[in-house]
Amino acid sequence: MSENKTAVYVCKGCGIGDRLDTDQLAKVAESEGKCSHVRQHDFLCNKDGVNTIRNDIDGEGVTHVVIAACSRRAKTEAFGFDDVALGRANLREGVIWVRPDTDEARETTQEMADDYLRMACAEIQYMKQPEANQNAGTNKNILVVGGGVSGMTAATEASKAGYGVLLVEKTGQLGGWAAKLHKRVPDREPFADPHDTGVSDLMKSVELDKNITVFLNSSVTRTSGAPGQFSIDISAESGETVTDNVGSIIQASGFSNYDANQLPELGYGNSPDVVDQAELEQLAKQATDGPIKRPSDGKEIESVVFVQCAGQRSNKPGHLPYCSGHCCNTSIKQAMYFKDANPDVDTVVIFDDLRTPGNGEDFYRSAQRKGVIFTKGKNQQVSPINGQLEVKFHDMILDEEAVAKADLVVLATGQVPNSGVDIEQATTLDIEEEGGESEAPAEAATSDAQIPVDSILNLTYRQGVDLPHLRHGFSDSHFICFPYETRRSGIYACGPVRRPMDIAQTMEDATGAALKAIQAVENATLGRAAHPRSGDLSFPSFRREGCTQCKRCTVECPFGAIDEDEQRYPVFNESRCRRCGTCMGACPVRVISFENYSVDTIGQQIKNVDMPDEFDEKPRILVLACENDAYPALDMAAQQGLEYSAFVRVVPVRCLGSVNSIWVTDALNSGYDGIMLMGCKKGDDYQCHFVRGSELAHERMSKIDDTLQQLQLESERVETYEVEITDIHRVPTLINEYAAKIDEIGMNPFKGF
Amino acid sequence: MSDVNTAMVQKYRNDFLKEVEENVEEGHWVKMCMQCGVCSGSCPFGPDWDHPPQEIFMMIRAGKRDEVLTTESMWMCTSCYNCIVRCPRELPITHIMHGLANYAHRLGIAPKMNPTRRFAKIFWNNIAKTGRVNELALSLKLYFMDGFMSGVKNALAMASVGIGMLKTKRLNPFALISHKGVKNPKELHVLLKKAREIEDRRKGIAS
Amino acid sequence: MAKKEYSFYPGCSSERKASASNYMVSVDAMCEKLDIKLNEIPDWNCCGASIGYAEGGELPRHVMNARNIALSEQNNPDQDIVATCAACWLGAKETADRLDASEQLLADTKEVLKEAGLDIHLKNETPIRHMVEVLIEDIGYEGLKEPMVKSLEGIKFAGYVGCQTNRPFGIDGESFENPMYLDKMVETVGGEAITDYDKKVTCCGGALAFSEPEKSQKQIKDIIEAAYDQGADMIVTPCPVCQMNVEVYQDQINKHYGTKFHIPVTYYSQLLTVAYCGNAKEAGLDGNIIRAKQLEEIAAK
Repeated sequence: MSENKTAVYVCKGCGIGDRLDTDQLAKVAESEGKCSHVRQHDFLCNKDGVNTIRNDIDGEGVTHVVIAACSRRAKTEAFGFDDVALGRANLREGVIWVRPDTDEARETTQEMADDYLRMACAEIQYMKQPEANQNAGTNKNILVVGGGVSGMTAATEASKAGYGVLLVEKTGQLGGWAAKLHKRVPDREPFADPHDTGVSDLMKSVELDKNITVFLNSSVTRTSGAPGQFSIDISAESGETVTDNVGSIIQASGFSNYDANQLPELGYGNSPDVVDQAELEQLAKQATDGPIKRPSDGKEIESVVFVQCAGQRSNKPGHLPYCSGHCCNTSIKQAMYFKDANPDVDTVVIFDDLRTPGNGEDFYRSAQRKGVIFTKGKNQQVSPINGQLEVKFHDMILDEEAVAKADLVVLATGQVPNSGVDIEQATTLDIEEEGGESEAPAEAATSDAQIPVDSILNLTYRQGVDLPHLRHGFSDSHFICFPYETRRSGIYACGPVRRPMDIAQTMEDATGAALKAIQAVENATLGRAAHPRSGDLSFPSFRREGCTQCKRCTVECPFGAIDEDEQRYPVFNESRCRRCGTCMGACPVRVISFENYSVDTIGQQIKNVDMPDEFDEKPRILVLACENDAYPALDMAAQQGLEYSAFVRVVPVRCLGSVNSIWVTDALNSGYDGIMLMGCKKGDDYQCHFVRGSELAHERMSKIDDTLQQLQLESERVETYEVEITDIHRVPTLINEYAAKIDEIGMNPFKGF
Repeated sequence: MSDVNTAMVQKYRNDFLKEVEENVEEGHWVKMCMQCGVCSGSCPFGPDWDHPPQEIFMMIRAGKRDEVLTTESMWMCTSCYNCIVRCPRELPITHIMHGLANYAHRLGIAPKMNPTRRFAKIFWNNIAKTGRVNELALSLKLYFMDGFMSGVKNALAMASVGIGMLKTKRLNPFALISHKGVKNPKELHVLLKKAREIEDRRKGIAS
Repeated sequence: MAKKEYSFYPGCSSERKASASNYMVSVDAMCEKLDIKLNEIPDWNCCGASIGYAEGGELPRHVMNARNIALSEQNNPDQDIVATCAACWLGAKETADRLDASEQLLADTKEVLKEAGLDIHLKNETPIRHMVEVLIEDIGYEGLKEPMVKSLEGIKFAGYVGCQTNRPFGIDGESFENPMYLDKMVETVGGEAITDYDKKVTCCGGALAFSEPEKSQKQIKDIIEAAYDQGADMIVTPCPVCQMNVEVYQDQINKHYGTKFHIPVTYYSQLLTVAYCGNAKEAGLDGNIIRAKQLEEIAAK
């Protein structure tokens, strides 16, 4: 494409023509927007309207299109012209639907629309039609790390969809924990009895699958590259190493059993008749549906007590603070091992809160029908007395100390994730050791004596060797909005490594992760972004001559997409990039940009708003709204006819993390009276689609206060908000309250300078 | 302690849950309680129960036989059925409470002076006699159950109620002599006696 | 409208000079206007009421009710059993359900009834219903409007549904927590219903009003207080025990709590009878200890 040719289309449908002076809008586009090719249409998204645009592109050589109609989130199919640079001026949801249809409001409503047209015309001039990543890798094989139920399920599912799989298992056989179970919690109607685990069938199908190559006694000793082009080393215990390439990776490294030796108060270690759930499975397997025998003397067990939440859901040091989710159902199942063999065996489950997810409630009832006794109690203490075990506990219903005697006590301990190295802890240790400067964290972390944990993936990324952990050592897998998604593009965690789960949940989880891994390789092959900007062809580039090698972008990229070269310039791994623009927001010298999203595309929108002077009493409020939650919430507020101030100008951003502070200072300098930044929920329960973007924006804006002070401006002039997509009623209220506050503190003194 | 009670203690030893399951109306439901406490919170006389239903179920499982059977708690049941319709596990709680009260009463270890127990006995005897309630006889019997003096006192306290009922012709002052029940009360007595015999036989209670 | 016939189980409190005799009077008048024929089950007996369990136990209690059902099957074949008293309805229905669910219980009951030359067939051939169900299901709210001559306009009613008409069986399509049928009946005859009456389904203490008077009167006090708080002129109820408990203890409650309660407690059947142009006597209004003056005035018009 040689020359830019911009066309503007103003739609008059959906009431836009009735409420707004579209001739005036066209004039704004021509004179101020400097677009010669401006058309009005009665109903732009109909066949005729779309054809008009299409013909202009094909026949007239139009390269840049501005559609002044509805929100960019509406009519995406009709207006999906992906061979041009495309901008949208939101006149419907952004203007007429949020303003009253009254004579008094007409003037300010028209001003709003005029501004949105100016903004769109300004933006489009700085946009380029993005071209796909030229360095795309095309490998479509999938690496699965872990040969338990989650790994085998993921491998089988990927294979069934036609993808080659490399399955790496640390031990000498497939099956994981599930292969050690006597029976499993039921996964089908009537959810009344334990049944066969089905693991051997799964193992067999993996072994016979021609698409799946299994590496036993092996681990992944190196992972580098990006989606579509990962390079991996698989090393066997024997020392032999195979190097191969894959397109995406599923980490299904599972869990380890909590070490019950840390629970002497529950008698573990004091008596062989105190066992954990895994050991009970072994005893049950030995008994093969006959009477289960006591480890100490082989006596047939007549009474058994299950102690729930053993060393978990507790804040005591060494205990697990979380609930492992499966253990109540597991104890119910194990109590049935006894009851099904002999209904006269006394089985008591001492629980605090019985949690039976899935169809566990039916299973629980079935156990009650079989005569398993459930007692609500806590503070259990187990001690061997006269060849028996005595379980002391506090009965929480009767509020008294109680004692139960038993031949065997089973402790329901929790799942500890096999999530490898905690890279954040590793980095902190590095910084402490090196006096605050982190040089080569990856190598340092693996060799650090204080972290004896083996890495699962051995990533060569500058951010560390494994997936980041979120809480309690589980791999961060964006559990709220998008399960399996991790902060490393093309790598998906599933099963108990990302949160505690049982077999049924694990299988579902693994299937989902397989789907994500397939999407990743397909998108990578086409040079497109993966979730959440799936299909986005743009990617960041930087102006080398302006870069100061400050490393802000490499540190702040939530996905570890940016490495450094020998001269410490950033190296963008396009295939790892999610296109959030956090790097662009971070860059103090503003050298990072996307073809269709840059410091200029937003900056020019901000600058091209018509700024009334101080005495017009028409303040201007800039809203930078995250396109994932805040902007949709605003759209939906408009759909519901909720009104907000005519003084705001909303600019959607990819993520609040992409907001460069220059936009804020420029806006204040050019006379905006207030700036609202709306991003997603941050923190541990983050809902930021790019994990850290909202958090980083909040951090950066807390520093903007200094700038405001230097300019002698009130700190209220810049406010940051967490907005959820469901905040439909809250968002207009926030805006109106903020407008009232600006009214109170008065106009920006920089207006007109 | 009554002989029936002693026999039951010997029969079931420590397994009170089993005893309840086999002898108490709807007793087989006790094991299905999941201890949520909705019943206790839904009971109109809840605060007056020493042990609300949720606790009673737990005590049964814990084998607290004497405490359960001698408590006044079940006798606080007004038969409002709120617990039944709210129980997420659909336990027929009202009936279980009735069943426990009846069982304790049958064993002779229910609290002797509990007014509801005494009233219930008077009531049943009243209806069993003629087949229909004799409201005058019932009230008098109730007022005078603690002897003549307190009976006069009770009757005086309730005089305004009685006079109101009399005035509006909703109480028959001559019911002691003119009350009519079913045509053949003796036949009804036979039925009830037989029913009791069968029930006792089923529960292994020698009468 | 074709004449509807039912096998009628009046129950002890409905007898002449019994505590709910005025209920019965108004039901008779109401049914006449609605062309409903009630065929009394001959020689019926008491249901055992809610307190009968303690001395009566299980089987004797069921035998009492089974005898009534058997008599109905024998004498009023193919007719639904209809009760006006909540306890009678509940007792009979519960027995039918229980016998239906347990073969042994049914066999034992049959064995006992044989002594009186009776038998019981059940198998749900004999539905057991409350009068309220007949009105709203068989007649319908529109049908209830048809014989209307007078409107109860200007009277505000707290519809006190209470317990046993509502739980555990309840009226089909109504919620246990907030049944609306009584309010709808009130509105059908032109009265104003307090649809969100706070104590609509609160227990009055039932039979324990006799044995635990203080605890029950506390309940009754709340029930009346809420009616006053929400501006009720009178309370209306479908249950004889509710009616009696809430009406007759007002003096004692006033003495104990220092309140000044004096609120009439009426039956739905009295409302309908007055609306259908029945006089005060036909509506059993002379049986209310606290006179429902506004109703009497309309009846006298």
